[in-house]
Amino acid sequence: MTTVGGVAGSIPATPRSAGLSKPPWHRRAADSIRRNEESGWRTVAWVAVLLPLAALVFALTVLVLKAWPAVKINGWYFLYGRTWTDGAGAYAAPVTTNGVQHLQGAKFGAWAIIWGTIASSVIAIVIAVPLSLGTAFALTERMPTWISRPLGFTVEILAGIPSVVIGLWGILTFGPWLAGNVYPIIANNMPDVPILRYFGNPHGSGEGLLTAGIVLALMIVPIIASTTRDLFSQVPPLPKEGASALGMTDWEVANRVTLPWVRSGIIGATVLGLGRALGETIAVVMIGGAILQIPHTIYQPMTTVAATILTQLDGAQADGTGFYVATLAELALVLAVISVGVNLVARLIVNRTGRVTAPVGGA
Amino acid sequence: MSSTSLSAAPATRRRRMATQLWRGLTYLALFLIMAPAAWILLGVVSRAWAHWRWSVLWTPLTPTGGGLRDQILGTLILMFAVLVVAGTIGVMAGIHLSEFARTGKLSGRLSGPLRTSSDILSGFPSIVLGYVGFTALVVGLGWKLSLLPAVIILSIMVIPYIAKTTENSLRQVPTGYREGAEALGMSAGYGLRKVVLKSALPGIVTGLLLALAIACGETAPLLYTAGFSNTLPHSLTGSQFPYLTYIVFTFYNDPSVQKHYLAYDAALILVVIVLLLLVASRIVVNRTQRHSESARGTARRRLFGGGGNGSGQDAAAEPGLVPSAAALPGKS
Repeated sequence: MTTVGGVAGSIPATPRSAGLSKPPWHRRAADSIRRNEESGWRTVAWVAVLLPLAALVFALTVLVLKAWPAVKINGWYFLYGRTWTDGAGAYAAPVTTNGVQHLQGAKFGAWAIIWGTIASSVIAIVIAVPLSLGTAFALTERMPTWISRPLGFTVEILAGIPSVVIGLWGILTFGPWLAGNVYPIIANNMPDVPILRYFGNPHGSGEGLLTAGIVLALMIVPIIASTTRDLFSQVPPLPKEGASALGMTDWEVANRVTLPWVRSGIIGATVLGLGRALGETIAVVMIGGAILQIPHTIYQPMTTVAATILTQLDGAQADGTGFYVATLAELALVLAVISVGVNLVARLIVNRTGRVTAPVGGA
Repeated sequence: MSSTSLSAAPATRRRRMATQLWRGLTYLALFLIMAPAAWILLGVVSRAWAHWRWSVLWTPLTPTGGGLRDQILGTLILMFAVLVVAGTIGVMAGIHLSEFARTGKLSGRLSGPLRTSSDILSGFPSIVLGYVGFTALVVGLGWKLSLLPAVIILSIMVIPYIAKTTENSLRQVPTGYREGAEALGMSAGYGLRKVVLKSALPGIVTGLLLALAIACGETAPLLYTAGFSNTLPHSLTGSQFPYLTYIVFTFYNDPSVQKHYLAYDAALILVVIVLLLLVASRIVVNRTQRHSESARGTARRRLFGGGGNGSGQDAAAEPGLVPSAAALPGKS
């Protein structure tokens, strides 16, 4: 449909070139613009589409260059180490190791940070996936449009609320409410056995890992739920109606026809939500406490990679050798690599199912 | 009921109960999502409304209190700048991916990697982009914390989103429209502008509005690119820039009660801006679905697109990715 513009564009020029007098300059200019309009569009669009790629390459290059000294010094310890200190602070003497200047006694092991990131995201996924599936089913199966449309819009609003506002609600309203009404019940009834002990007392003030996980779940539900809802609506009606006609109950239709039809799409949507949870910053800083520790119970404060970058970057500049800032770049690089990987996997899965189901569903 | 009671085997009863249980659980899940959403909105409104004064909108911020005039203006300026920068680039990128990437020799081969890089960028954590902006633009280029690096970083964040929505809504333009434009002798560029872009406009506008909603609610990347100040600066670079989300993030645990109030006020204003954008996008979608070509377009596509080459493309465009298509049943 987008054939080369030359054929169509040259048509108005033909009768005029056959005539004796030249057309006036403004008509020639207009003609030329019309003839060359497509190449204009093409050029601008070509430049525009290269910019995201350029931005990506630029961002990754900056991160790698900035993080390189830290990668050299911190080594593998960065991924499993439990000590995180910039030495004796700004007053320590700079030392040089392998050509990299850093403060004496600086030792950066990010295990607690990585642990907090994984733990909060896992909690978020465990809560968000069933809720999203349930919501998507409730919104698509046997619900009249006049109810499902405003409810769907509410999910969209939830996606649009700024994360700083959700953080404000989480730390001032939701967290204290959980700590006052929900956590004591769970904590007081937990037996003192190895894994469940983690859910026991002290249940804290509502600022910590579990609250952060729950709020993260709320933030990724719109992503998973809306993708899942779209997937459900792509399932062709005939197999579902056929299953119903064979006497299956609604639950059986959902479980044996609809879900298997879109299974990998749901996995993709989940991974997409996971990517968002891993990278969420401001709400986790506000609700999770941003305290560098591996919590002893699930209610206690923790921190994540994103939260650490946000809270530490300001103070890190006090390190005159720049090593702390470089270490934060390494942290950012780790987060970037993880979320790029997670996103690629998710897109791969979603795209594959989208291509398989869409033509069938469109029939 | 009576007919089933003939075969009222325990299995049947169990299956029926399972269905009831399942339905109950789905409604419970729906409730567990709706309740916090309503709670957040009502909580923000009630906390702010309790001590709301309209003068917040036009008094400047002072060290002890005051209003949020410059912060509101700053957020609006940021949104406008992102609309201009990211809107232009994103829409053009979307046009490329949908219209030109299929025909060009080099661009056709590159369209896969380009789309993937755009996807990757859209999943990039915002704080990482903020860090890059800080090291490369704020410190590296010596722009200091200011408006320009903030706009660039925010734009990089939303360009992939705008490109994606533009591409999807362009792909939903029926093939017949393009063929009709060509058959009438329009040059490809003229037809693109007058026919294709025009009928894809609602989807593009919706994408832009939602991208603005994302941009106005960001905090993390702005902290290290825009910084913060009480009043609007007069330059693009060199001086720090005010915006609303900073107020929410910093003032909520400030000792001063005045600043608490300002945090709630800022949250309320942010929520109002986002709601306005969402409602506007919804109105655009509804109005165009009711009156214009895109509703008739589905019928056209069925008429024209029986065995055509391009119709497969149209059918393969995921209907759910543009919010308009997801929300509306096919018949209305």
